[in-house]
Formats: sequence, structure tokens, C-alpha cells
Amino acid sequence: MLSQYLFYFLSFLAVISALLVVFSKSSVQSVLWLIVTLFAISGHYIFLLNAEFLGVVQVIVYAGAIMVLFLFVIMFLNLNQEVEAHKPAVLKFAATISSGLLLIIIIGSLKGSEQLGTHVGSNDFSSIKNLGRVLFKEFLFPFEVSSVLLLIAMVGAVMLGKSEKEG
Amino acid sequence: MMTLLLFKVILVVAVFAISLFMAAYSTYAERKVAAFMQDRLGPDRAGPFGLLQPLADGVKLFMKEEITPEVSNKFLFVLGPSLFMITALMTGVVIPWGDLLNIDGVNYSLQITDINIGILYVFGVVSIGVYGIMIGGWASNNKFSLLGAIRASAQMISYEVAMGLSIIALVMMTGTLSLKEISQFQAGGMEGSWNFWNVVYQPFSFLIFLICAFAECNRAPFDLPECETELVGGYHTEFSSMKLGLYLFAEYINMFISAAIISTLFFGGYNFPFMHDLGLSQNAITILGTAALFSKIIFFIFFFMWIRWTIPRFRYDQLMNLGWKGLLPLSILNLLITGAVILIFSK
Repeated sequence: MLSQYLFYFLSFLAVISALLVVFSKSSVQSVLWLIVTLFAISGHYIFLLNAEFLGVVQVIVYAGAIMVLFLFVIMFLNLNQEVEAHKPAVLKFAATISSGLLLIIIIGSLKGSEQLGTHVGSNDFSSIKNLGRVLFKEFLFPFEVSSVLLLIAMVGAVMLGKSEKEG
Repeated sequence: MMTLLLFKVILVVAVFAISLFMAAYSTYAERKVAAFMQDRLGPDRAGPFGLLQPLADGVKLFMKEEITPEVSNKFLFVLGPSLFMITALMTGVVIPWGDLLNIDGVNYSLQITDINIGILYVFGVVSIGVYGIMIGGWASNNKFSLLGAIRASAQMISYEVAMGLSIIALVMMTGTLSLKEISQFQAGGMEGSWNFWNVVYQPFSFLIFLICAFAECNRAPFDLPECETELVGGYHTEFSSMKLGLYLFAEYINMFISAAIISTLFFGGYNFPFMHDLGLSQNAITILGTAALFSKIIFFIFFFMWIRWTIPRFRYDQLMNLGWKGLLPLSILNLLITGAVILIFSK
């Protein structure tokens, strides 16, 4: 019963703060609301799914590192004036369609995930030993592929940063 | 159930009070240590040996006029110092302040909660702590504050990476993320078997962690976010009265907590040599252990001050070079060697 109330509260918080990310005039405030959203989602992981590791890593990586970099860039660019950038209508249209398509892909990929939960053996997601075993035995290939993906993104970021400096 | 709850409430209040007390007297100790190193007397007017100085400072900070800059964002301006203080106080929850205390045949642990990802929790809270500085510095609407805030965030993110990697070597060795289990791993003289402190096995990890702890606490020689020769007062230039007090105070709490974490991870925590060979009762061992932990903490707080009054401040590019080109590769190397040794010995 309590977990149901908690679910409603956290979901409400996540949705409201996500809406505020979009509707805030100041970009710094958008970032701060996005941090609240991330906290609400990691609250789901910790209190409802019993996946403490995932929740804390989400806080460390997203709220603690990535959002700090976001804030960093926004503060440097001095975007705090409440000016809205107006993009051409074609761009807005394309953005709406592509994000809609992304939503469909995400929902589609989540559809088969109900069967995946049984792999862990027990419901104790909080145990890092269980998580490590599943990750490095049954899902070793996807795990390595995603790490290569991250490496490519990192190399790409370094390349972009470098070419801008020389050019 | 009720007694457990009561015990936990007492423990929470005690940890809160002790954190504040230690922070208050760290300010006094810092001035006394500085005075000793510079051949001065230090504060000696308020009470015997100036012992009431922290109280006088506190009253002074509360009585000062509170100024909020006209152009700043009022809500964020208040949120900054509050967030910094809250995150500083949050980490005390997972530190094992002592072993089991036996009251009327029931064992009570002197740790508020033993979550099995204790260290990660600490890292999570520390990584949120930087928002206190960033939001405060940005909301002041002052260029010096903004530069201080940006320096602070860049510095903290950079050193968090090396710090995390140095801890992974330790975690690989002990096989747990829980601070309680890491403490138990270092228990001395248990029925003839000897466990050394982790610093014996992981001296490099300790060294990297210690240097990173200085940077994370914004302590000299890495106190660039509030470098007064370049940035007036850094991120807290515009803050006055108790809002400034919260920033300064939280820094001392951070120092206390870092000292506690260093003692727990590398110097045996609440364990002390021969603890099970002296034939003492369980409660006596627990109380002595807590005293041992606090003497280690006090030593490390003194060490923080010792370094501050000995080594001059780094230049900003030197700081970044040390973090990314010095400590990060070293911690990765340490990680590789630890992994290789574990692999060889487990076969």
C-alpha cells in the first residue's frame, strides 16, 4: 500500500518536473528541474525496484556528473537571459516527428522485457554480486557492445574538441 | 522495535551533534594550529585558552546583517548554502562509528544504517554537494562568484574520477562496498589471526584518495574556488551573515567526514590492535573502538590543517594536470596491479 502511494508520488514528481524542464524560461532552471526528474527516477529504482546500485549510480553519473557539465556550459555561455531562441517551423516539425519516433522505439524495445526479469534468480537486485554475474555471464555480449559504443562516443567527443581548436 | 527506533533516533541526533561540535572546534583548532606554525598565540580571549571562540564566532555570524544582492535569484541564493550544508551532514549516516553495543542482552550497532553500497552512497552525496557551490555562485550574479563556482565544479568532477578509481582497487580486495564490512575486514588480532589495516595492502590507493579528499573538500593547497588573491572570496563573495557561515561550517563538516572515511577505509575504522586479545567485555571493546576511531579522525583533521599551513596554493593548470595526468593514470595502474595480484593469488 505504501509502495503504491510512493509510486504515485514519485511518478507525479517526475512528470511535473519533466514538464517544468520544457516550460522553464531560464535554461539554468531547466537544468535544475531535470536534476529533480533524475532524482525522482532514481527514487523509483531504490524504493520500488529494490535496485539500490542502479539508483545510486544514476545519481552519481547523471545528477552528479553529466548535469554538472550541462550547468557548467550554460553558465559559461551566459544563457540566463530569458530569451527564447526561435527556430524555423520546419525544424520544429522535424524535431516533433523524430522524438515521436524515438518514443515508439523505446516502447517497442521495452515490450519484450517482462521475460528478462527471471534471469536474476532471486528478486534481490540490490546485490551487486547477482548483478555482476548476470551482466558478465548471460549478457556479456550486449554489455561489451555497449561499452564499445561508449568508447566510440568518447573518441568522437575528443575528435570534435580537437578539430575545433586547430581549425 | 520501539527501543530500536529510540536507539536509532538517539544515534542520529548524536551523530548530528558530534558533526557540528567537531566542525565548530575544528575552526578553533585550525586557528590554534596556524598560530603554532607561525609562532603566534592564536585566539585566547574568549574563555580559558580561547575555548569559547567558536561560540563567539557563531554569535557574530548570526548577528551580522544579511545582504541579498538585488539582481540575484532569491530562491537559488538561499538554496545554495542550504544544499551544501545538507549534503555535508548526510554522509555521516553510513559511517560505522563503532561496533555492537550490548544493552540488556540486545545488540545495537553504532552505525545508523548499513546499506550494502555504502561507499557509493557517499560518492552520490558528495557529487550532489557540488550543486551547493554552483547554485550559490551562479545565483550571486557576480563574476568572481561564477568563476569560483565553475572552478569548484570542474575541480570536484576531475578529482572524483581518480578518487572513485582508487576506491575500486580497495573494493576489489575486500569484495564489498559496505563500510561496515570493510571495517570488519581490518579487525585486529581475532583469535590469533591477524588482519592488517588496508593501508598496508593499498598504500597507493590511500595516497591518491588522500590527495583527492583535499581537492574534494576545497582545502589548501587546492582551495582555488575561494582563492582570495584572484577571486576576492570565490563562490561565497556575495554571501553574508549565517549564509556565509553555512558555507564555511559545511566545509569543516566535510573535513570531519573525510577524515572519518579515510580512517574507516584505510586505517581500520573502529578497530584497534589487540582488541580481542586483552580479554575485555564486548561493551568495553566497542567504547574503546569508538574512542580509537575518533583519535584517528582527530589525527587526520590535524593532518588537513598541517598541510594547509605548510604547502602553498597550486596554480589552476597545475591542479588540473595533477588530477588528469598524474592521479588518474596512477589509479588505473594501481587498479591493474591489484587485479593481477588477486588473479594470481586466487589460483
